[in-house]
Amino acid sequence: MTAATGISKSDSRGRLVLRRFLRRRLALFGLLMVVLFFGFAYLGPDFYKWNYNQLDPAAFLEPPSASHWFGTTQNGFDMFAQTMRGMQKSLIIGLVGALLSTAIAALAGAAAGYFSGWTDRGIIALIDLLLVLPGFLIIAILSPLFQRRTWLIFVVLLAAFQWMITARVVRSMTLSLKEREFIHAARFAGVSNWKIILRHLLPNMSSFLVIDATINVSSLILAEVGLSFFGFGVQPPDISLGTLINDHWQAAGTQDGYQFYFPAILLVALVLCVNLVGDGLRDALDPNAGMGAPR
Amino acid sequence: MFLLRRLVYLVLLVVLATSLTYVLAALALNPRSNFEGRNPAPPPAVVDALLDDLNLNNKTPMLKRFGHWTEGLIHGSLGKTIDGGSVNDEMGRRMGVSLRLLLIGSILGSLAGVAAGAYSAVKQYGFSDHLMTFVSFVILSIPTVVLSVFIAIGGTSVNDLLGRRIVYNTGEYTPGLSNWTEAGITDRLEHLILPSLVLILQGFAFYSRYQRNSMLDVLGSDFVRTAQAKGLRRPQALIKHALRTALIPMGTFFAYEFALIFIGSIFVEKIFTWHGMGEWFIQSIQRNDVNATAAIGMFVAVLVLIAGFLSDLVTAMLDPRVRRS
Repeated sequence: MTAATGISKSDSRGRLVLRRFLRRRLALFGLLMVVLFFGFAYLGPDFYKWNYNQLDPAAFLEPPSASHWFGTTQNGFDMFAQTMRGMQKSLIIGLVGALLSTAIAALAGAAAGYFSGWTDRGIIALIDLLLVLPGFLIIAILSPLFQRRTWLIFVVLLAAFQWMITARVVRSMTLSLKEREFIHAARFAGVSNWKIILRHLLPNMSSFLVIDATINVSSLILAEVGLSFFGFGVQPPDISLGTLINDHWQAAGTQDGYQFYFPAILLVALVLCVNLVGDGLRDALDPNAGMGAPR
Repeated sequence: MFLLRRLVYLVLLVVLATSLTYVLAALALNPRSNFEGRNPAPPPAVVDALLDDLNLNNKTPMLKRFGHWTEGLIHGSLGKTIDGGSVNDEMGRRMGVSLRLLLIGSILGSLAGVAAGAYSAVKQYGFSDHLMTFVSFVILSIPTVVLSVFIAIGGTSVNDLLGRRIVYNTGEYTPGLSNWTEAGITDRLEHLILPSLVLILQGFAFYSRYQRNSMLDVLGSDFVRTAQAKGLRRPQALIKHALRTALIPMGTFFAYEFALIFIGSIFVEKIFTWHGMGEWFIQSIQRNDVNATAAIGMFVAVLVLIAGFLSDLVTAMLDPRVRRS
């Protein structure tokens, strides 16, 4: 999978991938937009007149204007400031959660494939169990336990129910890789099992893992929105795109619909851009990817 | 033999999943708070008696409560809801509502997706392929809540445009119309269209993407060329040889997607105010209703089991290698 093209210079694969990625205009556009989203969400509020928790007693439920870019809510909160605040949380949850879930998937999948036997059977059964019982249900049931605590618990839970499909793919990749000569050589040289997994197996799937982590960002953002919509995820006073949509979806279709449209459309745009990046990365890293790498 | 082994395994998973839901719900939810929050607060002894009656008393050890619940389950009773009603009755009422949505959504969605994906692959890089890829890409980026709201608004605009009401975006039927008359059935259909559309669109986007990839993998293979070389016409070769093979990997997704479609229906029921299992799930958690939550966990697990078993059946039908092993 790596350096199969026979180019000798060590950094040439990286350069090749970069060139392929840059050639994909849509992916590049997506990346640019994601960076912009980050910039706006984190730096934007510093240059903006209103704070997300600040009331404007002179403007209740006002449509977008020069003073309030996205209008105001019924209580006089500024929608732009709130949306940016929500986006901060959604972005960080997506990013941290995606890295965590890919890490879990890599370790669990590689362990299942490499050790086989009971480890393998146990992990496969766990994966099947979690696929039968969707993570959404479990997190919703557990939500009273992390209410009024830090949202970091929520991120860990999200990641804990996102890794299964990836782990399956990693497992099957491990099964074919572990019979290769360099793995045998490492084993006969006395390298410990976990070191083989971390140093020799996983780096050989790095392309797949990078793609997976990128796509996980968008799935996690979607999962966060879904759970927070029902009050099972991010809790007030924290704001995320999910809580904003929960607060304002009933305004959609009325003249106050802007309260819903701004966060909703920004959310869709964000997820779309992350997916564009993921798709571009897939094409750049693994031009022959077929069904072997789902999603 | 293969199917029997799968069935046993799947049943085992359902038992595990249901027990896990019960234990987690019993751990996380606190039914006592429902009663203690009342004004005036009832004396603790009364609360204990109430909770004991519902098998929800957190002073009883978890194992004992779980045992009691399992015993009821063996006799066909899922316990009592937090109001003291029967979980079975409530579930019977709501199941039909959800199943209608879920079945229509999953069947039409997967059929449309498979057909579109296969067609896309045959016409790779054509206009229809680009359009289909783009549409499914966009749909997959929209959260179910937002998609439902958009479709609900879209329905209203269609009504406005035509000047009369042809689709409804709240509720399941108009109260007062009798069930089996023509007007009653049309009315139900008019209520069904928009919510189903959400699930169908998502299923379509999901399946068309995978089906396209899987079909592309198959189209390049020798046996499709051989089939054509033997004199089969192209559509015949494509459908009988290529599509049949390309469908095999879809089976695995079908079971997995069924769990996802249930999640989707939770949002759909909320936005379109249907009173199905999804709405009940949300309410049960908010009201600390352990028995109802466990029942819903079982419902989902059984659905996934059936979907999984069906897809195993289809796989065995399509793939002779599986039958032989």
